[in-house]
Amino acid sequence: MSIPGTVQVALYRQILLIRRTEEQLVRSYQRGLIHGACHTYIGQEAVAIGVCAHLRPDDLVFSTHRGHGHALAKGVPPGALIAELFGRATGCSGGRGGSMHLFAPEVGLMGTSGIVAASILQATGAAYAFSLLKQERVSVAFFGDGAANNGAFHEGINMASIWQLPVVFVCENNLYATEVPFASVSRNPDVAARTQAYGLPGQVVDGNDVLAVYEAAAEAVKRARSGAGPTLLECKTYRTRPHSEGMRDTGYRSPEEIEAWKARCPIKRLASRLLGEGTASESELARIEAEVQAVVEEALAFAESSPWPDPATLTDHVYSV
Amino acid sequence: MRELTFVAAAREGLAEEMARDPSIFVMGEGVGARGGNFNTTTGLYELYGPQRLRDTPICERGFTGLCTGAAMAGARPVVDFMFIDFELDALGELFHQTSRIQYMSQGRIKMPILLRGCIGIFGSAGPHHSGNYYPLFMHVPGFRVAVPTTPADAKGLIKTALRCNDPVLFLEHKGLLNVRGPVPDGEHLVPFGQAAVVRDGRDVTVVAIALQVKHTLEAATRLQQEGISVEVIDPRTLAPLDTATIAASVHKTGRLLIVDEDFAPCGVGAEIATQIVDQVFDDLDAPIRRLNGAFVPTPYSPPLEAAAVPGVEKIAAAIRDLVAE
Ligand SMILES: Cc1ncc(C[n+]2csc(CCOP(=O)(O)OP(=O)(O)O)c2C)c(N)n1
Ligand SMILES: [Mg+2]
Repeated sequence: MSIPGTVQVALYRQILLIRRTEEQLVRSYQRGLIHGACHTYIGQEAVAIGVCAHLRPDDLVFSTHRGHGHALAKGVPPGALIAELFGRATGCSGGRGGSMHLFAPEVGLMGTSGIVAASILQATGAAYAFSLLKQERVSVAFFGDGAANNGAFHEGINMASIWQLPVVFVCENNLYATEVPFASVSRNPDVAARTQAYGLPGQVVDGNDVLAVYEAAAEAVKRARSGAGPTLLECKTYRTRPHSEGMRDTGYRSPEEIEAWKARCPIKRLASRLLGEGTASESELARIEAEVQAVVEEALAFAESSPWPDPATLTDHVYSV
Repeated sequence: MRELTFVAAAREGLAEEMARDPSIFVMGEGVGARGGNFNTTTGLYELYGPQRLRDTPICERGFTGLCTGAAMAGARPVVDFMFIDFELDALGELFHQTSRIQYMSQGRIKMPILLRGCIGIFGSAGPHHSGNYYPLFMHVPGFRVAVPTTPADAKGLIKTALRCNDPVLFLEHKGLLNVRGPVPDGEHLVPFGQAAVVRDGRDVTVVAIALQVKHTLEAATRLQQEGISVEVIDPRTLAPLDTATIAASVHKTGRLLIVDEDFAPCGVGAEIATQIVDQVFDDLDAPIRRLNGAFVPTPYSPPLEAAAVPGVEKIAAAIRDLVAE
């Protein structure tokens, strides 16, 4: 598959937007502006971008506690994301949810989740609805290696497979669930191998190579949309920050391991490829960098100047009427 | 007396019982070398190793069912859910199996299992990490439910729980974990079903649950200056529920308020009010009142979260209103 230069440059811009937004959230967390948990996506950006590049606005994404990148990749404005983490009324959940409860159905982000593995069954159900309603839409479940050991994973991929549902399962295997190494909770290091038991295609992908993810996801989304059933992509990747901001990051993994993965930074890799193949020039990348910075600064200013939610609205939306 | 934090006191109780009883093991995510997300097991892995401090995959239903089987076969499991919210993934196992295998086996099989986790609305934990859920377990026959509020009770109740042959929910409010308080030296057990009168008063009885006990005591101190004398009761266990102590207090004060950050419908307050009406109707000088958290999934944003819970101001206002009835 040859990916056009313009597409590659567009991917670069998007991947950079996630990184710079996350870096801003880290600083904001350190300043005490984020009130609850904040799990960053730094290091894993290629996965969300490579997958969501193939989705239409009415395709649906179901995400995890580490969902800022999925939200941005699906089109949530950075301002609405930051404002949500700041607990402001203009946040994408009106301040009700925070980092782990981002909702933007208008762009197909059907929720990040504080409960591990919830995305898998919900995405399977959305795909069931698409197939029932004869719509050519696709749903995507993002989830971690930790979720792959939850019953919901086994039950979800089995149902998707037997009913040939239009869903793509994207396992982001970043080698750890909090501080638990995947190797200590799975005898087989590959989540993708589990698909054999359930009769759906599974593929291991370099999750730090946005073009590799882009290619694999193109196939998987096409398969789903054409009615040929689900696929599981296992993207091997790594989070280079602690599990959650404010948590320790020692005692369970080595500084050398972190450095080795930082060297495989998906952004640096794409940049050197763009430059090496002459797809983009240094000055072009610098311009993108400046533009992305400006977007993030504007988003931050928007969030900081946004109002708090009105306590009088506390019980709005518990019921439909 | 020496002082410990709530979480250290509970951990000391667990450590003492693990030393006493080799059939005790702990299962949960990160309970091994990491010492638990809330430091519930810090230091124990070094003493007892991986078989007795077992890190699990993220499969709550799986390890709850497994621990139920282990309890049936002579072990004494402690399931550490970290946040009690995650236990909901295992409710089928707990309600169908754990709670009623003793009954179904006509008492021939025991169910010595401790189910622990943090509860409560605290620190912008948001809709998936702020649950209380104790009424669920009060409602199902078979469970015992302990909700300690002081370090001493945390230690005394966890030790009692670890000698109990019924499934015990041990619920720790996140807002209390780092509270310090005196803990007796030596063997210290607190029996189930004995409420504590944590402040004596004449004018009104307030039963408070978990973190609200702390807030109610603060409100009571303030109201003292206004000439209102508040008696505060901490039930300590919700199942069994010591209504005799509450009734005796109401006999004296004639007024009862139940303060609970959990939802009102079918909640602890409804249960206490009904039992108290049954027992001491003639002693009541005013209707029984409840002060609960808002009936809403717990929101994240600080001003919304604050609006969702009782707290010193609202408790003081509710007590003033009740005394004026
Ligand atoms: C049902 C449930 N159990 C436990 C948790 C606590 N928890 C939050 S994140 C996490 C680790 C998740 O690991 P993984 O799925 O690999 O995602 P990662 O954090 O690595 O992105 C755990 C155990 C939870 N949120 N939900
Ligand atoms: Mg992981």
